[in-house]
Amino acid sequence: MPTVPANGNEAAERLASMAAVTASDGALRRFLHGLPGVDPVGLEARAAALGTRSIKTTAKAYAIDLAISMIDLTTLEGADTPGKVRALSAKALNPDPTDRETPRTAAVCVYPDMVATAAEAVRGSDVKVASVATAFPAGRAALPVKLADTADAVAAGAHEIDMVIDRGAFLAGRYLSVFEEIKAVKEACRRPDGSAARLKVIFETGELSTYDNIRRASWLGMLAGADFIKTSTGKVAVNATPANTLLMLEAVRDFRDATGVQVGVKPAGGIRTTKDAMKFLVLVNETVGEEWLTNEWFRFGASSLLNDLLMQRQKLSTGRYSGPDYVTVD
Amino acid sequence: MAFEYAPAPESRSVVDIAPSYGLFIDGEFREASDGKVFKTVSPSTEEVLSEVAQASAEDVDAAVKAARKAFEKWSALPGSERAKYLFRIARIIQERSRELAVLETLDNGKPIKETRDADLPLVAAHFFYYAGWADKLGHAGFGANPKPLGVAGQVIPWNFPLLMLAWKIAPALAAGNTVVLKPAETTPLSALFFADICRQAGLPKGVVNILTGDGTAGAALVAHDGIDKVAFTGSTAVGKAIARTVAGTDKRLSLELGGKGANIVFDDAPIDQAVEGIVNGIFFNQGQVCCAGSRLLVQESIQDELLDALKRRMSTLRVGDPLDKNTDVGAINSAEQLARITALADSGEAEGAERWAPACELPDAGYWFAPTIFTNVTQAHRIAREEIFGPVLSVLSFRTPAEAVAKANNSQYGLSAGIWTEKGSRMLAVADKLRAGVIWANTFNKFDPTSPFGGYKESGFGREGGRHGLEAYLDV
Repeated sequence: MPTVPANGNEAAERLASMAAVTASDGALRRFLHGLPGVDPVGLEARAAALGTRSIKTTAKAYAIDLAISMIDLTTLEGADTPGKVRALSAKALNPDPTDRETPRTAAVCVYPDMVATAAEAVRGSDVKVASVATAFPAGRAALPVKLADTADAVAAGAHEIDMVIDRGAFLAGRYLSVFEEIKAVKEACRRPDGSAARLKVIFETGELSTYDNIRRASWLGMLAGADFIKTSTGKVAVNATPANTLLMLEAVRDFRDATGVQVGVKPAGGIRTTKDAMKFLVLVNETVGEEWLTNEWFRFGASSLLNDLLMQRQKLSTGRYSGPDYVTVD
Repeated sequence: MAFEYAPAPESRSVVDIAPSYGLFIDGEFREASDGKVFKTVSPSTEEVLSEVAQASAEDVDAAVKAARKAFEKWSALPGSERAKYLFRIARIIQERSRELAVLETLDNGKPIKETRDADLPLVAAHFFYYAGWADKLGHAGFGANPKPLGVAGQVIPWNFPLLMLAWKIAPALAAGNTVVLKPAETTPLSALFFADICRQAGLPKGVVNILTGDGTAGAALVAHDGIDKVAFTGSTAVGKAIARTVAGTDKRLSLELGGKGANIVFDDAPIDQAVEGIVNGIFFNQGQVCCAGSRLLVQESIQDELLDALKRRMSTLRVGDPLDKNTDVGAINSAEQLARITALADSGEAEGAERWAPACELPDAGYWFAPTIFTNVTQAHRIAREEIFGPVLSVLSFRTPAEAVAKANNSQYGLSAGIWTEKGSRMLAVADKLRAGVIWANTFNKFDPTSPFGGYKESGFGREGGRHGLEAYLDV
């Protein structure tokens, strides 16, 4: 079966073929609980083993540029101001002022009220504006509020929406309610011209806590139409880890095998060094392969990671380490 | 592929291999009495690494006499004093682990990833573990004051040269025995480096003696009147010959022989981890592992799905230069072993099983065999019954737990087995019925010095590792 992207029109038809499993709360529960279990020891051992890959010279140069191009450069603070968002956007457009060959980041990621500022700052470039929505990060608001939050961000020019699922409903076993909510948010991502913002669905894996839950949430999100599945908000104790990202990569791989629909993965939070980023790229390379090795299908939700990548990039081209004063602080 | 890993070779310069080595007898290196030598080569390149002495019957006699002489004082030392030497050896192994890992990879052909992350850490762990027992033998459950046996003659295989040495020497020394050890003909170097470590640790002369040589040296050692104990790890055929040799003598014997481990995957298994376990079970160390999971028993209802996943995973295995840190599968240890694997794999095809291997380019020089699986295998096929000792997996199916147990046990061997299921009650029930010395649940090929290891049936007898491993070296 030919592969189609999750954000295309064909994807909706493919998902319709899975409608039986989402027809009722009972059917959805039986399906999700029928997915193969995850052995935590084995999963973590596999992630750790891939972490020992040695990425050197040409492979390292390739991986650094790829990682930079996959970053959703993020600021999600109560203290965010238009000035801060403009500075971040400038960084996304031109990460290393000393080397204009440096790739741009994939996107800037901000709160909904900052979308207009960010969109203005990156206008005319291929850098996207991603906005968190749906009462990020806790998601504790009524559905109409979440939908308004989403629609507002899309109207302000967001290309991508990072929504949070209702973890309370998920943990209480109300899977269909989580499913319906994601579907409604996906609908709210539509623009008047018929196009739509891409939807990233954040599970907050640190709160779902078990790997079995993460696999179930991944399938639930993909069945509901997620364009990306994303680990975390970056606001809780445990965020992206190699193991939970590996598990989600296995889920998008299996989902494509089952439906032909390709979904992206975004680990977020806690990825700070080039070494970390390389480990994640190795996971992508050896689990789902090169079809996911582009910023269409894999992203890093990160902020401080970029400067470490830039320092390593300078080291590769000049042969010596520079230092934090040779990259911009924004 | 877009993301090609650049070569990442571990440096050879950390190890200094001399052009020739003698036998280690009574604390000194000396030439063979008849001056005979043989070459050891690197299996991945066929490059000659060094020339080592071929021990004669006279050398065996000298080594056993040295060990006998050393036994008196060594066995009379307080356990806490013997422990000090063993702890010292363990620490030196850790300090020299990078050097030893590179050496082992050169001489054996296994990937540096394995020597660095599995062999060497386990070698040190075994010495640390048995060092801890040396002054607690009275609490091991073998009486208040158990005595050592005397001189142990030990013959070890080429698949984990230094690790098998550690399994043999650490408990023997902790219990107060002295040893004469013969490493395998194709992998003598790490044992000779270990001899140097014994000197570095100040171990009294004659407590450890290392004799390099071929099978004739091993045969002379196990037949020697001056030894009290024979410990052998290797093929079942040689094990049987040794058992005949020691029959009618008062020598103690422990044998760790072949296997045809069944890896049983039930339909409720954690599939992704099971696939990893299958790969680890049969392709770890190129499948040259006595406890390898060389028979995959998969429940028929998930067979196709599992095999698709397994093939996809096998396609990502990186076969090649063992010194490259990203290599997953290295070289076969010798031309002889490669010929054996090739012949058995060909028999599988001739008998009607379906052969599959991922596309992979094998180097021109050296001894190589691509990771291979056979499907449509039945219990009647040779590849389902005989130990291949290579990267070749035979896939059989079953319908019910009872059938899985029956097929798993239907083997002349009984060394290892694996069970993959998310259901704890099934795991325990099946483990209870399997006749295998080691049973892994939702994992495979995990080793630890605290855990006893050994076989049923033609896989041998006696246990190595753990408290149980002491019994083989105590007069109980």
